[in-house]
Amino acid sequence: MMDLRPILSTLRRHKTAAALIVLEVALSCAIVSNALFLIGERLERMQAPTGLAEAELLHIRLNDIARRDNAEALTRRDLATLRALPDVRSATSVNHVPFGNGSSDSGVSLSFEQQTPTLTAALYLVGENALATLGLKLVEGRDFLPEEVQPASALEAEEPKVPAVIVDRGTAARLFPDGSAVGRSLYVFGPSPMRVVGVVEHMAIPQPNGPRGAYLTLLPVQPVYNDGNYLVRVADPAQRERLLKDAVAALQAVDSQRIVMERQTFDDLRHEYFRQDRWMAVLLVAVCIALLVVTAFGIVGLASFWVQQRTRMIGVRRALGASRVQILRYFQAENFLLTTIGIVLGMTAAYGVNALLMRLYELPQLPWVCLPIGAVTLWALGQVAVLGPARRAAALPPVVVMRGA
Amino acid sequence: MLGYHLDLALRSFRRSPALTALMVLAIALGIGASMTTLTVFHVLSGDPIPGKSDRLFYVQLDANEPGAAPPGAEPLEQLTRFDAEALLREHRGERQVMMTGGSVAVQPAQADRPPFFASARYTTADFFPMFETPWRYGHGWEAADDAAGARVAVISHELNQKLFDGADSTGRLLRAGDRDLRIVGVLAPWRPVPHYYDLFAGRYAKTEQVFTPLSTALQARLPISGSLTCWGNRTTADPRAVNAPCAWLQYWVQMPSAADAPALRQYLTAYSEQQRAAGRFERPSNVRLRNVTERMEFKHVVPGDVHLQLWLAFGFLLVCLTNTVGLLLAKCMRRAPEIAVRRALGATRRAIFGQFLVEAGSIGVVGGVLGLGLALLGLWGVRQNPASYAQLAYLDAPMLATTLVLALVASLAAGLLPAWRACQVAPALQLKSQ
Repeated sequence: MMDLRPILSTLRRHKTAAALIVLEVALSCAIVSNALFLIGERLERMQAPTGLAEAELLHIRLNDIARRDNAEALTRRDLATLRALPDVRSATSVNHVPFGNGSSDSGVSLSFEQQTPTLTAALYLVGENALATLGLKLVEGRDFLPEEVQPASALEAEEPKVPAVIVDRGTAARLFPDGSAVGRSLYVFGPSPMRVVGVVEHMAIPQPNGPRGAYLTLLPVQPVYNDGNYLVRVADPAQRERLLKDAVAALQAVDSQRIVMERQTFDDLRHEYFRQDRWMAVLLVAVCIALLVVTAFGIVGLASFWVQQRTRMIGVRRALGASRVQILRYFQAENFLLTTIGIVLGMTAAYGVNALLMRLYELPQLPWVCLPIGAVTLWALGQVAVLGPARRAAALPPVVVMRGA
Repeated sequence: MLGYHLDLALRSFRRSPALTALMVLAIALGIGASMTTLTVFHVLSGDPIPGKSDRLFYVQLDANEPGAAPPGAEPLEQLTRFDAEALLREHRGERQVMMTGGSVAVQPAQADRPPFFASARYTTADFFPMFETPWRYGHGWEAADDAAGARVAVISHELNQKLFDGADSTGRLLRAGDRDLRIVGVLAPWRPVPHYYDLFAGRYAKTEQVFTPLSTALQARLPISGSLTCWGNRTTADPRAVNAPCAWLQYWVQMPSAADAPALRQYLTAYSEQQRAAGRFERPSNVRLRNVTERMEFKHVVPGDVHLQLWLAFGFLLVCLTNTVGLLLAKCMRRAPEIAVRRALGATRRAIFGQFLVEAGSIGVVGGVLGLGLALLGLWGVRQNPASYAQLAYLDAPMLATTLVLALVASLAAGLLPAWRACQVAPALQLKSQ
């Protein structure tokens, strides 16, 4: 263990320069910790599961040039055609898909008389074979029965009657905290109750980056093609690109008077949806690197200056018997001391910045794990930066130094 | 004196090129990063309609059902068709429009070109003079066309290029869905930033390609998009019907001056009371009136990511400046003997102070020019970003000037401490130790 006293007494005579190093380290530390946290948050958001069999899903959206009256019949034909394709496991139509464009939300109540809805949930209207196609995992109750699936026109009635509803676990727990949701009733459209028949483990809402809560309901109402999306589940993910082409060709063979608005694998849909987040994460990483490089150069600059200024002191110490390693250690310890003070100040500032961000952008609290990562990064940075100047100091031959002074 | 100081600065830079380069680079990086983000912020938060942004008002009325929200809370963001049409009929402002967005399938006249969807705006005649659209050919439609549901359309410059190769297409027909619309006007290139007149369509959306009277769009049942909020027990299946309890229309009023806001508010409150008396409104009158600037602030139009980038970049600039202060300080302390000689030969403290500030300032100017290059590079990078606002990020003259001023001010601020320390050097002590 080396004596810190000489270091402290030297620093006392270079208060300004020492303070500048501390300040720079503190600022870098505060910014890097927060940036790390923001990067982590983006990555987490980008990797959040949707609950769907993403690797096996294809997404196709069609639209008409002019309004048509036989959309329901055409949708049934489309779905039959898609299901008949080789290597297709199943197909369904849904009003919205996670990461797609658009979302429908509605108030969900536990009784018809209720004035204010219990919660606002995303409404997924799903056709036949929806659970099997989406790959949702049923944890309680059952899937929709074929006879429960209503045509889209059912919702245009004065009092729409939808017999069944499936919710996910989070929504079930919020609506019925006291027990199982299966068999209970929900009200969305007027006085007709919808019975909860099943609970799925998890499903993402259409716009997970949006401001809405994560509650959702799945209703057995088959959307028509010009007001919804087709989802096709394939047997072999490696065949997705080919099957996508086949599926689009088959749909155009059913009726060529339609425009293909969107066609992609679900993975591409996800990739597209998170482009902005990915870009922001890359930007944050770039800023962190630039920041650390600038800080490192600052340390190198000041340390070199100190070495030059203390040439005589180094010579005297070397002449009095200090080894090269001791001189090296001296500068390393000095840097460690300054960095540590900077880190402590920086952590405090990091929490301050985080508190500000929390207030301005509704970000969560900075997790503790960011702090040791930030601290270790800056310690390592300081040691790497000071190594060059410190080695130059240690290499000074005592005789030359004394004579030159 | 300045010339002499510049000469001294140049000599000093030549003596320690690496250190000088480091300082210039630090300033350039900091300036480049902060100017990139500041430019994006400046572009995105600009006034989309200078001279009018304080007298164009967005109207909100509380037509919702009683239990929907606590009384006095933020009312529905859009109007019902009944209210929008009533207000438009009563015509109390200088100009007023109701509108919504949508998309129409366009069939090019050439049979070999496939149909495509074009974004559309369904609105009323005052839209064009109110939002000051620039014209390439022709003009907007008349109020009589709104009343008659005339099959007329105004198209954007881009669509005119695409369909008619930029020729004067007024009088020609546009095949939209299964209807023909007669083109009466073609806009010159126009893209207000933000897309303030309809934030539902996307805060930085591109200008619509087809404009047609709302009455025409409703008759032709052209596809409408945008937010739709319904309540109560619907007695009609069509949420766009006049009497449907559904809010989906945006309503803007232009007043002669910003001072007319209270009069407009008074009128709207009276209208709400009248609707309450008639039993249509069941909640206490709750009128919200915001001009363009207020509405953009209320809707937090500038994305959170852009704010975050701005904070980040200025934090980075701060680190770069601290760095520069440290390096300048090191440099000036190393030159204590030189300062002592100058002082002994009669230079005043003020002269020494000035010399070091000139040195810092020249680093700032060089760093600023380099930073400008980095900012241009940075903005090019921003334009590769997928967000809809990205391709708007260009440096303009005021931001160019700001860059250089910021660099100079920042480096002078960074030079203050070292310069002050330099002029404190005691000549006798330094000369003796030599």
